[in-house]
Amino acid sequence: MLYRECGVFKSTYAEDMAIFPLPLDKWGMGILLIVAFLVIPMTADRYLLTSIMIPFLIYSLSTLGLNILTGYSGQLSLGHAAFMAVGAYTAFNLSARLDLPILLCFLGGGLMSAAIGSLFGIPSVRIKGFYLIVATLAAQFTIEWVITHWAWVSGENVLGAIDTPPMEILGRSIDTPVEKYLLTLVVVIVLTIFAKNLVRGKIGRAWMSIRDKAVASEIIGVSQFRYKLLAFSVSSFYAGVAGALIAFCHLGCVQVTEFELLLSFWILGMVIIGGMGSILGSFLGAGFMVLLPIYINRVVRMMAGVVPSDILTNLELMIFGGLIIFFLIVEPYGLARLWLIIKGKLRLWPIPY
Amino acid sequence: MLFFLEVILSGLLAGVMYSLVAIGFVLILKASGVFNFAQGAMVLFAALTFVCLLEKAIPFWAAFFITLAVMIVLAVAIERIVLRPLVAKPPIILFMATIGLAFFLEGLGQGIWGADVHGLNIGIPDDPFEWLMNKGILISQFDLVAAFIAAILVTVLVLFFHKTATGTALMAVSDDPEAAQSVGISLRWIWVITWSISGFVALVAGIMWGTRLGVQYSLSLIVLKALPVLILGGFESIAGAIIAGLIIGASEKLADVYIGPYVGGGLENFFPYFLAMVFLCFRPYGLFGREAIERV
Amino acid sequence: MSMNVDRDHILVEVEDIHITFGGLKALNGICMNINKGEILATIGPNGAGKTTLINAINGVCHPNPGRIVFEGKDLTNMRPHHVASLGIARTFQNVALFKGMSVLDNITMGRHSKIKSGFFSQGLYWGLGQKMEIEHREAVEIVIEWLEIQNIRETPTGALPYGLQKKVELGRALAAEPKLLLLDEPMAGMSLEEKEDIARFILDAREEFGTTICLIEHDMGVVMDVSNRIVVLEFGEKIAEGTPEEIRNNQRVINAYLGTDGH
Repeated sequence: MLYRECGVFKSTYAEDMAIFPLPLDKWGMGILLIVAFLVIPMTADRYLLTSIMIPFLIYSLSTLGLNILTGYSGQLSLGHAAFMAVGAYTAFNLSARLDLPILLCFLGGGLMSAAIGSLFGIPSVRIKGFYLIVATLAAQFTIEWVITHWAWVSGENVLGAIDTPPMEILGRSIDTPVEKYLLTLVVVIVLTIFAKNLVRGKIGRAWMSIRDKAVASEIIGVSQFRYKLLAFSVSSFYAGVAGALIAFCHLGCVQVTEFELLLSFWILGMVIIGGMGSILGSFLGAGFMVLLPIYINRVVRMMAGVVPSDILTNLELMIFGGLIIFFLIVEPYGLARLWLIIKGKLRLWPIPY
Repeated sequence: MLFFLEVILSGLLAGVMYSLVAIGFVLILKASGVFNFAQGAMVLFAALTFVCLLEKAIPFWAAFFITLAVMIVLAVAIERIVLRPLVAKPPIILFMATIGLAFFLEGLGQGIWGADVHGLNIGIPDDPFEWLMNKGILISQFDLVAAFIAAILVTVLVLFFHKTATGTALMAVSDDPEAAQSVGISLRWIWVITWSISGFVALVAGIMWGTRLGVQYSLSLIVLKALPVLILGGFESIAGAIIAGLIIGASEKLADVYIGPYVGGGLENFFPYFLAMVFLCFRPYGLFGREAIERV
Repeated sequence: MSMNVDRDHILVEVEDIHITFGGLKALNGICMNINKGEILATIGPNGAGKTTLINAINGVCHPNPGRIVFEGKDLTNMRPHHVASLGIARTFQNVALFKGMSVLDNITMGRHSKIKSGFFSQGLYWGLGQKMEIEHREAVEIVIEWLEIQNIRETPTGALPYGLQKKVELGRALAAEPKLLLLDEPMAGMSLEEKEDIARFILDAREEFGTTICLIEHDMGVVMDVSNRIVVLEFGEKIAEGTPEEIRNNQRVINAYLGTDGH
């Protein structure tokens, strides 16, 4: 009975349709926010912030974007990393060349990525399934090629690397890990709420209907063209903002190689492991994948002492691949579903009868 | 003109190598409806196993058949562990599972055999073919042999599909799995056979590509070369895979030689995809693919 | 003059439509009308082209040549989602629910074209976005109550038994408050009680919402009981049209169903 639903009487549909209809969930969320905004910035060291929390938040955002496309709309993309690159490079150019305020640069990165994403999404209306997957791969390679071969994009840098200019918000410069963490946190939270609202309303239902039964959804009145394109552009927008955050708040200096195909796969893995069609799952999946290499490293070291790094890499590949298969077979809704199961248990605990 | 011919010819021969990988895809897709992204990893795995056996002083053919046996065991394991639990799941789920499989195989192969680059020499020199060189065209002997082997392989596969009972059963399963089962064709058995055959194709492709590039991680990336070929050829046609392989090989070389210098080079990764995308706009189901009719 | 008077109670005009699938004539010159407020049944042996007729009306396939007019608007080459927004809803022969979505979401999908809020007001869940969601939730709850499926509101439809799925699908179509409701074998594979249940909902829908219904059904008992008029198809052609009484006594229909040849 730790998790209580009874005794909560909703008298209007508005109450029933709130994001957290139960007071207990509201409290839980409140505590989580206090930890995120106060406890972590005050107590965390540099390592925790820069190597765990910031990448975790950014990858969550990116995973959320792919989840909208794959988990909610049923369209698979292998070009997600390239859209992150578009966001990173656009934001860089807006900041370095036009000196726009940093949040506008992020927004611009997202919008540019959304525009290019929907450009590549246009074929999705005519082509389906595997053909579409290859079309998204085409996006990945085309974008990589453009960035490496058009020197203008990376500010004439030979390696296609960009060094992000310092950030400033309302005259206050953002350069310590804590400040970067807080900036990332705010952006991620705002965009997460936006996504949650989208997926629980008309647009989200239309997306899921395309995923579940495309023919029926068209006949019911969902324009396949409009909603698939919308899914592609929203998904790429999130990827773009995440890419910009990687450049500005995480790495500071990025190369195209940060955003190669492998990253697309990692993010797809985060979607699968976290849970397809779940906002919470995007966060769980990203958290899991950020922590996985760290824990593999620790466990192996504990058991076998120091081992060469290529063995660790191969072990990581095997575990990653194995987990994808495992979750697809055993729990297609990923870690998010496990969370629901735990909640279900807590509802009855400690008297399960 | 001779130079143009040389470019086209070497492109066509490279195209044969693409077809070799693409055929592995088509086989599995035809028989089990699975778009096997792990085909590239299988090529890597087979080539690694083969080359490391060779390095242990095992004779060529012995190494070849041991590797083949390993690939068959792998096929059985994949059917048992990955495919059987996912039977009747949507194709997109199976596809994602093969992505997982690709990572697993890459890790496993390199974990067992190490991640070093292995040179592979199967006794065919990579020198220009003399008869053609006298006519002023530089074409590698190795490329010609590779094309020849690919041609034999394709002929054998086509005969197998159309002339043997097992082959016909495979086609039946691809057309309608349920109907095929109801006339007594065992789906599991068919799957094991298909995956074994594509393991065999992977081994051949791995040897050819490995000789060319050295056996290393990047072999698994040739899967990416095969995908535009599949788009062009349609996912379900072996003939399509071959013709499209040739088209892609030739046009990629031509683009690299004649367009490359104007746009800064590096076209080989992205041009085939560009070509495939343009093509998709006009024929969304490939050169030989069928349009799927959705029933309401 | 009398033509104009007649046209006032016609909802759909099907004018000489032909549909071919790769050489096979699925529909061959069908002419018929659906009148406002009636329950029209379409019957015929398997493969007669009944589903194709419905598909043509809601834009899944396009007749050539031929014309379909709904309330004066030409539907002939419209995309299905556009047809839906004009007020035509349907159910499917093989249930086509969105299996991963709850019953509530499925039925709300029926109102998709009616929810008019923009991208940002939905994303912010503010203003029109919120107002629309709540308003339409109320409308959906009415349908849920009417079908007596309150207890399964949050269940994913994939987990429901077949009979309930059919009911939810009917609910999804009704939630659209359509002017024309196309039902493709709504009672196929149901028990007698379930059939009676659905028949009652169909009659009630016409009474309460004034919905015009075009129905495909194999169960002659049900067809004779609920419909005002019947159209009989065979091999893509209309072989008879009339009241249940007329159809019951039509020699061609009897032949088509009993397969008597040469009388």
